[in-house]
Amino acid sequence: MSWLDRLFKRKTPSKNVAKERLQLVLRHDRMKLPPGLLAALKDDLIRVISNYVEIDEAGISVELNERNSRRSLVASIPVVGTRRKKD
Amino acid sequence: MTSGKGGVGKTTATANVGAALAALGNRVVLVDADIGLRNLDVVLGLENRIVYDLVDVIDGYCRLKQALIRDKRFEGLYLLPAAQTKDKAAVNPEQMRQLVNELKELELGDETETPRQFDYVVIDSPAGIEQGFRNAISGADRAFIVTTPEISAVRDADRIIGLLEAEELRRPQLIINRLRPGMVRSGDMMGIEDMIDILAVDLLGVVPEDDGIVISTNRGVPVAGDASSRAGRAYRNIARRITGEDVPLMDLEKKDSFFGRLGQILRFRG
Ligand SMILES: Nc1ncnc2c1ncn2[C@@H]1O[C@H](COP(=O)(O)OP(=O)(O)O)[C@@H](O)[C@H]1O
Ligand SMILES: [Mg+2]
Repeated sequence: MSWLDRLFKRKTPSKNVAKERLQLVLRHDRMKLPPGLLAALKDDLIRVISNYVEIDEAGISVELNERNSRRSLVASIPVVGTRRKKD
Repeated sequence: MTSGKGGVGKTTATANVGAALAALGNRVVLVDADIGLRNLDVVLGLENRIVYDLVDVIDGYCRLKQALIRDKRFEGLYLLPAAQTKDKAAVNPEQMRQLVNELKELELGDETETPRQFDYVVIDSPAGIEQGFRNAISGADRAFIVTTPEISAVRDADRIIGLLEAEELRRPQLIINRLRPGMVRSGDMMGIEDMIDILAVDLLGVVPEDDGIVISTNRGVPVAGDASSRAGRAYRNIARRITGEDVPLMDLEKKDSFFGRLGQILRFRG
């Protein structure tokens, strides 16, 4: 804040506050992946990972996260056995 | 004409853009897709002439032509009213798509007008993102999003833009309504650039806050027909842009005062 602003007790214009708040909330709103996309991603993950380890398909969760303004895809995949049984 | 949030001016915009398109010589039909909350009829001042409605057509109680109301003040302007006693579930998206296709093919004419197809079918969407919205967009080729310069309205508009993209209605265009230039100038309202920046869509037009809208809605006479109204001019500009004409944004700062007009004349000379 400049001394002039302080002198007249000028606050940040409310439209700047609105814009910043809006941009933040929209970052969140837009982060949600379409449900169809998430389901397809899950199916593909199950297929690929099952080639290497035995997993509990029902316990899988896939989420889009944001921390420190970095977005990441976090998948939790419970492993049942380390070696996939040969058919 | 859609928005997400209610009360931002979809119905007013539908009525006025429709009237302005008709005034440009187009054949236009306005479809009130807000089933159960019929309003386009009163905004247009046609509420006393309704016999059949959209749901009657879909249920086969009458023919499409019988449900259309012709606006005698604007040549070429017609209204297909919503049903008032049913709810949104009375219609599904496939039925709406068929109805809109039928409207596009319909040829209307009588002793004064030669048979002709509609140039524009303008659909007034209900608020929300559920079935009523899905119905309204199912027959549409283009989408116009109405928003006001407020956080909640812009947020909802963003949501709608995402949903429209998922429905293959790409490149929706934005109508910013109820802008107050004085508040934008003093930093207390988001301006045109702010909103385009946030929503990243193309701008179709800007309609200022205007008491004349309330008065014209009271009377049931679209403000688009009023040559001296600023909001009316904004809607007329939007209509011309819809037809493909390149119309610059009007200067919302300019007051139609004596000195303002004098300034215009001097600038015109200079
Ligand atoms: N540019 C404007 N200036 C002043 N009032 C407006 C303007 N646009 C709309 N309104 C008023 O806002 C209210 C809601 O408008 P409406 O068109 O019914 O919104 P929606 O169809 O999105 O619910 C109405 O009372 C209308 O007269
Ligand atoms: Mg409405």
